[in-house]
Amino acid sequence: MGTDKKQEVHTHKIGIYLWIWGLLFVFSFFSYMVDYLDFQGLLRWTLIVFFMLAKAGFIMAIFMHLYWERWAIVNVLLWPMTLIGVFIAIMVAESYYTFFTRLFYFVAGG
Amino acid sequence: MGQFDISKLPQGAKGFTHDLGSDQRVFKGVPWGKSMMWIFLLSDTFIFSCFLISLMTARASTVVPWPPTSQVFGLTVFGTSVPLLLIAIMTFVLITSSGTMALAVKYGYEKNRKLCGWFLVATALGGLTFVGMQAFEWSKLIFHDGVRPWSNPFGAEQFGSFFFMITGFHGTHVSIGVIFLFIFARKTFRGDFDTGRKGFFTSMKSDYEAIEILGLYWHFVDLVWVFIFAFFYLW
Repeated sequence: MGTDKKQEVHTHKIGIYLWIWGLLFVFSFFSYMVDYLDFQGLLRWTLIVFFMLAKAGFIMAIFMHLYWERWAIVNVLLWPMTLIGVFIAIMVAESYYTFFTRLFYFVAGG
Repeated sequence: MGQFDISKLPQGAKGFTHDLGSDQRVFKGVPWGKSMMWIFLLSDTFIFSCFLISLMTARASTVVPWPPTSQVFGLTVFGTSVPLLLIAIMTFVLITSSGTMALAVKYGYEKNRKLCGWFLVATALGGLTFVGMQAFEWSKLIFHDGVRPWSNPFGAEQFGSFFFMITGFHGTHVSIGVIFLFIFARKTFRGDFDTGRKGFFTSMKSDYEAIEILGLYWHFVDLVWVFIFAFFYLW
């Protein structure tokens, strides 16, 4: 779908929207269940991140039509977001350092 | 869209190099309003990322326990307390409105004026419900629990400022979206996108592509909520 004519790029059968809509409900329900069933530790984080990325991916690809856009705009939009990952890595290191100094001075007393 | 036939251009990675190395415009077949909206959304992504990354930094560096969001945002239904219930309902409301928005865009491109308009109204009502529930959540936290940006009864003091900043900024986005959804529903019902009537503010005529651009904004609001739900409420 969506590789040839402009008209086809813009209107899609209603089925795909309803499918994605349903999937989003299911994923949201599952991620709520992660909290409801009180999963902890690595399992909790993995499930939360998995359902989050799945939802975000479906919303961007289908609802926001990125799947049918040309690669030029898709790449220009998605590559800058990798910088967010770099920023996260920097701030993880920074916050561990802050945590350590707080323990050192507040709790251990310097 | 120009005079060229977009279906004859190379696709995929070849299309990428072709478009970037081509004359005049990079984003073939993308109206300027849509690329502007995407670039705005990209910058908005960075703003929300900064909020969520600073939340991560605060939580990872505090030596005081973080408030148990699961209980803080729980509701008591028929005597039993259900964790995070209000937030779960808000999530479902927002996803519902995202689905109706997708259908509004679809019917807009099919030039189905009435269905497009009604789905826009449904989307706006979903957004209003969401904002209403958020107002309930805020007033419960402020007046009942006594949460302030500088203190709260549950744990680490940073909690309040992050809660008000992140959900407040998102709620502002939803509210602005609701206003525009009502404006565009009126424009749709009036037939502005069929007759090419000029907008009162931009004095430019537009067609149903405007609905898709509005849809991009609305789906983005839903997208941000996915991340807030995961990182602020569930984590």
